Amino acid sequence: MTDELSRVFAALADPTRRDLVARLTDGDATVGDLAAPYDVSLQAVSKHLKVLEGAGLVTRSRDAQRRPVHLEAEVFDLMTQWIERYRRRAEERYRRLDEVLASLDSDEHDDRPAPQEGTAS
Amino acid sequence: MTTDSRTSYAEAAIEADPSVPAIHIHRDFAGTPEQVFRAHTDPDVVRQWMGPADRRVEIQEWDARDGGSWRFTDSREGDVQSFRGCFHTVRADRIVQTFTWEGMPDGVALETVTFEDLGDGRTRLHAQSLCDSFEDRDAWLRSGMETGVNQGYAKLDALLAGG
Repeated sequence: MTDELSRVFAALADPTRRDLVARLTDGDATVGDLAAPYDVSLQAVSKHLKVLEGAGLVTRSRDAQRRPVHLEAEVFDLMTQWIERYRRRAEERYRRLDEVLASLDSDEHDDRPAPQEGTAS
Repeated sequence: MTTDSRTSYAEAAIEADPSVPAIHIHRDFAGTPEQVFRAHTDPDVVRQWMGPADRRVEIQEWDARDGGSWRFTDSREGDVQSFRGCFHTVRADRIVQTFTWEGMPDGVALETVTFEDLGDGRTRLHAQSLCDSFEDRDAWLRSGMETGVNQGYAKLDALLAGG
């Protein structure tokens, strides 16, 4: 499972591939359509699409001639879920920190020695 | 790290970095940078908020100074997990430390927390966790998600198998 998700992140590490994905959110497109705005060969775009395909991010229809590229939004949904869960756990921790900070406010004037500090910028 | 001054982070915002295996979190706090710093360095304060809500956190060591080390365990119903690392930099506006889950001792993340003074007694916290690899980073994102995520796994399995 780790490998698959890593492939998704690795596939999205490239700015051209991120741009391709962003454009596919508007709808399916052919390799020709996708290559048009770039100063690169169809082959180069096909190569990027193969990486996206390998990560499960896009699929190519079997519709022989045009073979439009389709974005598999579900993969993003799942990643988003994982990241959102992680975020929620961080938020839970930070809400406890909110309370702790509120209690520090009230004993602001205690004489507890301050933690070691270096040079403040 | 620069932040758009128009943005506010009343709730934690998170980004999984697409180009390096890092996770970024931003959050604003009603507290001075000094207070937020103390909440990260004074073990008596740290133990009040750190760790998962449903687990019991015990700090064995929290020596927050350059070259100091830290270790804590969290437990629930007999399941004990341990974490440890070293403080590399402990400065009023910045803490850099390593982070290892002892269950995977070769995986070491580098954590950088910075405290940005927003004025009026408010602080913006930026936390970055840089992992060894995308595999490790993604494992972190999934960690502790055993419950309820199986459905998600099954969905991705199906999707990848079908793709």
